[in-house]
Amino acid sequence: MSGRNPGREFIPPVAKIRLQYAKRGRLRFSSHRDFQRAFERALRRAEVPMAYSAGFRPHPKISYANAAPTGAASEAEYIEIGVMADLDPAELRAKLDDAMPPGLDIVDAVKATDKDLVARLEGSVWQIALPGVKLDVLDEAVAKFLAASEILVSRRTKSGMREFDARAAVLNLETSFGMPSNPDCAIITVVVANGTPSVRPDDVLEALKQVADLVLPEPPQVTRLAQGPLASDKRSVGDPLAPDRAGAISQTH
Amino acid sequence: MRNSGDSVFPELERLLPRVSKPVQYVGGELNAVNKPWDSVQARWALMYPDAYEIGLPNQGVQILYEILNERDDALAERTYAVWPDLEAEMREHNVPQFTVDAHRAVGDFDVFGLSFSTELGYTNMLTAIDLAGIPLHAADRTEDHPIVVSGGHAAFNPEPISMFVDAAVVGDGEEAALEITDAVIKWKAEGRPGGRQGLLELLAEIDGVYVPSFYDVTYLDNGQIERVVANNDHAPWRVGKRTVMDLDEWPYPKAPLVPLAETVHERASVEIFRGCTRGCRFCQAGMITRPVRERSIDTVGSIIANALDKTGFDEVGLLSLSSADHSEIAPMTKQLADRYEDTKTSLSLPSTRVDAFNIDLANELTRNGRRSGLTFAPEGGSERIRRVINKTVSADDLIRTVTAAYGAGWRQVKLYFMCGLPTETDEDVLEIADLAREVIRAGRIESGRRDIRCTVSIGGFVPKPHTPFQWAAQLGWQETDDRLHKLKDAIRGDKEVGRAIGFRYHDGRPGIVEGLLSRGDRRVGKIIEEVWRDGGRFDGWSEYFSFERWMESAERALADDPVDVDWYTTREREESEVLPWDHLDSGLNKEWLWEDWLDALDETEVDDCRWEPCFDCGVCDQMGTQIQVGPTGRDLLPLAVVNAGSPSGAAAASMGCGSRLS
Repeated sequence: MSGRNPGREFIPPVAKIRLQYAKRGRLRFSSHRDFQRAFERALRRAEVPMAYSAGFRPHPKISYANAAPTGAASEAEYIEIGVMADLDPAELRAKLDDAMPPGLDIVDAVKATDKDLVARLEGSVWQIALPGVKLDVLDEAVAKFLAASEILVSRRTKSGMREFDARAAVLNLETSFGMPSNPDCAIITVVVANGTPSVRPDDVLEALKQVADLVLPEPPQVTRLAQGPLASDKRSVGDPLAPDRAGAISQTH
Repeated sequence: MRNSGDSVFPELERLLPRVSKPVQYVGGELNAVNKPWDSVQARWALMYPDAYEIGLPNQGVQILYEILNERDDALAERTYAVWPDLEAEMREHNVPQFTVDAHRAVGDFDVFGLSFSTELGYTNMLTAIDLAGIPLHAADRTEDHPIVVSGGHAAFNPEPISMFVDAAVVGDGEEAALEITDAVIKWKAEGRPGGRQGLLELLAEIDGVYVPSFYDVTYLDNGQIERVVANNDHAPWRVGKRTVMDLDEWPYPKAPLVPLAETVHERASVEIFRGCTRGCRFCQAGMITRPVRERSIDTVGSIIANALDKTGFDEVGLLSLSSADHSEIAPMTKQLADRYEDTKTSLSLPSTRVDAFNIDLANELTRNGRRSGLTFAPEGGSERIRRVINKTVSADDLIRTVTAAYGAGWRQVKLYFMCGLPTETDEDVLEIADLAREVIRAGRIESGRRDIRCTVSIGGFVPKPHTPFQWAAQLGWQETDDRLHKLKDAIRGDKEVGRAIGFRYHDGRPGIVEGLLSRGDRRVGKIIEEVWRDGGRFDGWSEYFSFERWMESAERALADDPVDVDWYTTREREESEVLPWDHLDSGLNKEWLWEDWLDALDETEVDDCRWEPCFDCGVCDQMGTQIQVGPTGRDLLPLAVVNAGSPSGAAAASMGCGSRLS
């Protein structure tokens, strides 16, 4: 009928680029939706030749994975975009980073060489700083946490209140005290297996509260330090973009 | 101890995890400006007194923000209303009202400027003043406190808030804000002669700046104003509005703010002209912003290209009070549609009138896109009432126009109306149901579809100062609701088309409070304060607005006065009555307004002076201004480089769309 677009056909992207970005400082309070809008605008400002979906309202091809919760900072968020040209990833990274607000920083870019990035994001390393909490108090709580085989916590998810185990997904948990920005805080560094529902830092804190009554005088400061394939000892994670980097090198040589 | 200009973010940050949507308080917008505190002599905190999601896109604030920050000797930051959850936390932990740019305390600034496009933001102003640590009453402030200045359309009657503001800017703010800045710098450099009073005297000498404390108001026994007299030599007997001439000289905003948080308008907006002389009698904006001053087609084009380049927005809004009236709107829309055809940038034209020409424009703007919804505002339900309000369109024309829209592929048409217009009866409003029925019937035939829809949206009319209806009685809220229910029943009860017609209405009670604040005098300030002390906040939000609180507070606040809420709202004024805003000059001749009021009652229309001879409303003579309209005959200037979808990134990134070919 007149005045209606008969629909654009879908043209597959020429290349896929994987990006790592960080959510830092006060911009940790941005939600995943906030990031999405900012990122789509940055793509337009940087004039990235994006691949688009078909239909009346074509959307740029962007895949998001495992976004950190609102309020948590992150050094390791990952997205994949489909583009219509053979772009240099380093140049693209610099241009996109320029077009993003400071604090949402594009830190790495590689050309995708295989299908599944999300499958490589097996686990996350979180740092949870607890201002005003003493280390011995935290250590005591952590010992109880680690001794338990299951700790049920509940959280509101998209499908309503859900109860789930916050213990099994925790693969490693270490404590320390003091950091450059705050010398007076206990720190948890925890390796968590990604899953559904994902066990998040606030679930770990809720579990600590349940088993040991851990009280927080101040809001915790949470940062995702890394995300990637679990190491064989499950105490750390590797670089999820390493296979793409290796693939890119083998393609050039 | 915190020094002046220090960030309060460390204290605020601890509260943010406890409140909803914390991102609205962190700033970090693209194109925001942060200047060192000590690098300038004058510092402005600008506020749009509503939630961030409403306030951030406000054009007035964004324009002033840029103009002030372009000066080397001044800085401007922005602050918005905090929701009650954060307000409670801030009070408990002693965190002051802050700006979102550098998170500085509002109390540290020289000037606290508030832009009001609606009176319902008054209680939010009091929250901000109080959280900033500034005394609520202007009379209690010292030279250590910021000067509180209001502006925006509501400043054309600042009397209800005259107790709380030190000054009000009447009219366009661009030049006045710069002159206030000059005055502040001079006063500070000279060692603050005369203290706070001395600065206010300097401000009172600036064209368009009204200092309420320099005027005394006396009342008659019947409650009416006896007279308003200046009590200070520096204050003029009457304050005339400011008018910026030649909008091409003021191409702001040049770098629109791009928020991280979701806001109500996420688009690049360009004002294609200011002012309107259509003469709709209910429309305060059209009356107080005369004369019409068009921005030329090439300036509009370069503002848009530059804004898109700087923001990454995918929507452009061509703003004005009646956008299709721009003398070059047809070439403008065609050329913009050509330019952005393949870029996934959509163009919109809000505020259009009901005629076939507008359908052509709307079709042009949606060449590739979906034709989902089109909005028209006939405002009055019957031809008779449309003559009263001077928004003349016949029922036949209206149906023909809307039918043409359905024929062009538009699926949904929204029609905006008002209820409670002067001389209105139930029959005038019930004609809306007939109109909607005819629209659907004709639309079904024209489009050959059953699934077309028409939404009728209707709200209560509020008489405003500086309009011919400033003397009118506002319809009581019970009568408004009653009339709206009759209309609802008439639409819903229609078996044939009832389900194709949506009906949205606003109940009459908030309109009474808006009417009280719009046409109120200084005594109404006592009500605002009483409401605020009782917990009134965010009165523009139905989940916070409490009519009962306003009415009970009014009764307490006006206990010793011979006036009440009805006196301010549902009472018709006499010609001889001194109106609270008579000493503020919009340029409109009061005699002309009165004649236009009589013409309205007589159902006599008035023409538009852009196309017909001047009808002596008074503005141009009084203000020394004139109509500035095209056509210029010019075209959009070509973009410097056209490189849609270039694969080479570096060239594209360095290209400025706004630069001109020599």
